[in-house]
Amino acid sequence: MSILVNKNTKVICQGITGSAGAFHTKQCLEYGTKMVGGVTPGKGGQTDPNGLPIFDTVAQAVRQTGADATMIFVPPPYAAEAIMEAADAGIATIVAITEGIPVLDMVKVNAFLKDRPNSVLIGPNCPGIITPGECKIGIMPGYIHTPARKAKSKKKVGIISRSGTLTYEAVWQCSTRDIGQTTCVGIGGDPIKGLNFIELLGMFNKDRATDGIIVIGEIGGSDEEAAARYVQENVKKPVVAFIAGRTAPPGRRMGHAGAIISGGEGSAESKIAALRQAGIAVAESPATIGQTMAQALGIAAEVAA
Amino acid sequence: MKIHEYQARQILSENGIPIPPAQVVRTVDEAAAAFGQFGGQMCVVKAQVYAGGRGKAGFVKLVHNEAEAREAAQFMLTHRMTSYQTGPEGVPVSVLIVAPGVQIAKEYYLGMTIDRSRQTITLIASSEGGVEIEEVAKKSPEKVLKIPFHPLIGLQSYQARDVAIQLGFEGKQANEAAKLMMNLAKVFISTDASLAEINPLVVTTDGKLLAIDAKINFDDNALFRHPNIEAMADESQERPLDVRAKKANLNYIALDGSIGCLVNGAGLAMSTMDIIKLHGAEPANFLDVGGGVTAEGAIEAFKIILSDTKVKGILVNIFGGIAKCDLIAEALVKAGREVGFKVPVVVRLEGTNVTRAREILKAAQGELPTLIPATDLTDAAKKVVAAVA
Repeated sequence: MSILVNKNTKVICQGITGSAGAFHTKQCLEYGTKMVGGVTPGKGGQTDPNGLPIFDTVAQAVRQTGADATMIFVPPPYAAEAIMEAADAGIATIVAITEGIPVLDMVKVNAFLKDRPNSVLIGPNCPGIITPGECKIGIMPGYIHTPARKAKSKKKVGIISRSGTLTYEAVWQCSTRDIGQTTCVGIGGDPIKGLNFIELLGMFNKDRATDGIIVIGEIGGSDEEAAARYVQENVKKPVVAFIAGRTAPPGRRMGHAGAIISGGEGSAESKIAALRQAGIAVAESPATIGQTMAQALGIAAEVAA
Repeated sequence: MKIHEYQARQILSENGIPIPPAQVVRTVDEAAAAFGQFGGQMCVVKAQVYAGGRGKAGFVKLVHNEAEAREAAQFMLTHRMTSYQTGPEGVPVSVLIVAPGVQIAKEYYLGMTIDRSRQTITLIASSEGGVEIEEVAKKSPEKVLKIPFHPLIGLQSYQARDVAIQLGFEGKQANEAAKLMMNLAKVFISTDASLAEINPLVVTTDGKLLAIDAKINFDDNALFRHPNIEAMADESQERPLDVRAKKANLNYIALDGSIGCLVNGAGLAMSTMDIIKLHGAEPANFLDVGGGVTAEGAIEAFKIILSDTKVKGILVNIFGGIAKCDLIAEALVKAGREVGFKVPVVVRLEGTNVTRAREILKAAQGELPTLIPATDLTDAAKKVVAAVA
């Protein structure tokens, strides 16, 4: 079991003829993702180097391939429209990898998506989503993950993260401890985005295969505080968290547009306190996320501190 | 992106927001002339800097005669301004504004920003103006109004009128205040602002509404559609290393510690700073080289880190995904050859092609003696902290 995507998910790539889109389409195919085509306006009728059909519009791609997920690499000025196009074509899982979409464009996208409840957006500015061994939609390295059925410890976790490489770090720490992953979702580093911690915590909570959940947050906003309240009231599975940015000075943008502390809101301390108050184990160090999860799951943890 | 107050005033004024007269000056003589032009009445001289705290730093001065205007301008144009926001090195001042004094009856606050939890634009207003809105929000949250509005439908007049009335405006003044809010919303949306603030908005003793001080920040991601705004950027207000890094497409922020960091990914970069602190030292910078790091990018990154004389050691932390570890290791060696590693450089690599990467680093060990390999993140942090102790 998993959330959102699995071995049956049919995926297209919007921006398939760009360098990033082409490269990652190939990577996803090699991982085993059921890639069924791509979209680049003006290049409909052609095929990509892997033999995948290219369409002019997402609607056309959906009609002809039955795609239900999309991976978006469209450049920032056109990315918001690409998301709306996918939702309008009935794509259920929209994964926007593009970094640098204007904030007001995303505000409009989210207003637009409110009227399309059958579509969910992951990202933008994110590594994507992966159900290990079944479906990889995004730029994460596939081999660091452990499919749920191959987990020697028999334990499987779901991962929700605002950061890319830090997610890989957490995945790697789980995999080296024989903890499998049901699904890993990078929700992205932007202030205005699609799915957030709460929606995904709800999905992982319902997913029977998921034994525990890792939440990776960072400074900025108050989403982690909201997630903490949600976990306290709704989630019965072990939840482990890590918050990046304890040493970040206030008011400076730390790479991610969302990672800025302003007006006393969004500090790492406030988030860690809220998470701990909700009974969530917060890893002190980015190097002990896997170990903290292993302890929370009650399995013999090899201590590599 | 930030702009100066005089530029923000200009944008507001072009959009129908009442701004009191002022002269932008760049020399002492121009300041004196501006004072004379306003008929010898009391004026305020304000330094144009991005950083806050200029009042306390002596860079906002009331002047009553030409001599005082000259003196204030002379001081501001020949001193760097330091405040709690600038660090000890301060920022240079090259532009001032001279504005006639205004007889203030009452001060208000008006602001607009993106409310992340509501996922839309929000108008913020308060009858407590002229002070930091964060302070008002802390002490008396009931005095801060927050009105979210739809990004496509925009702020509606009825919403603005209601805010004006809640702020205590009456009659014709309420209509004027509402119109001003509508215009501020127009500015916010049409320029892709991330923050637009009028603080204070004042009512003068003769009943006029005026925006006295203005601040607008813009969404960096949207600058591609606002070349006129991008052209307003004043590099002198940013730290030189930050500017240099931006040109090399590196995400760099200088900090005060002794351990330089070179990391791929913003979240991992922040965590690397955190783990350095956890093991008892302080990071000298935040640096995210991004996913597609090249040898040239890595070399420039090392040059930037090493040009900070506080740096006594460097921690390289790369989790190779799409960026392959062996390519990064080669870039590191090339950077070492070109830049010369004068301080210990602890390298932690994990991910795609890591075995090959470790071989490359091992082979370069003799050539680059200060290169210290680490097995994992904790090991790396301990080693670099020990190396600078």
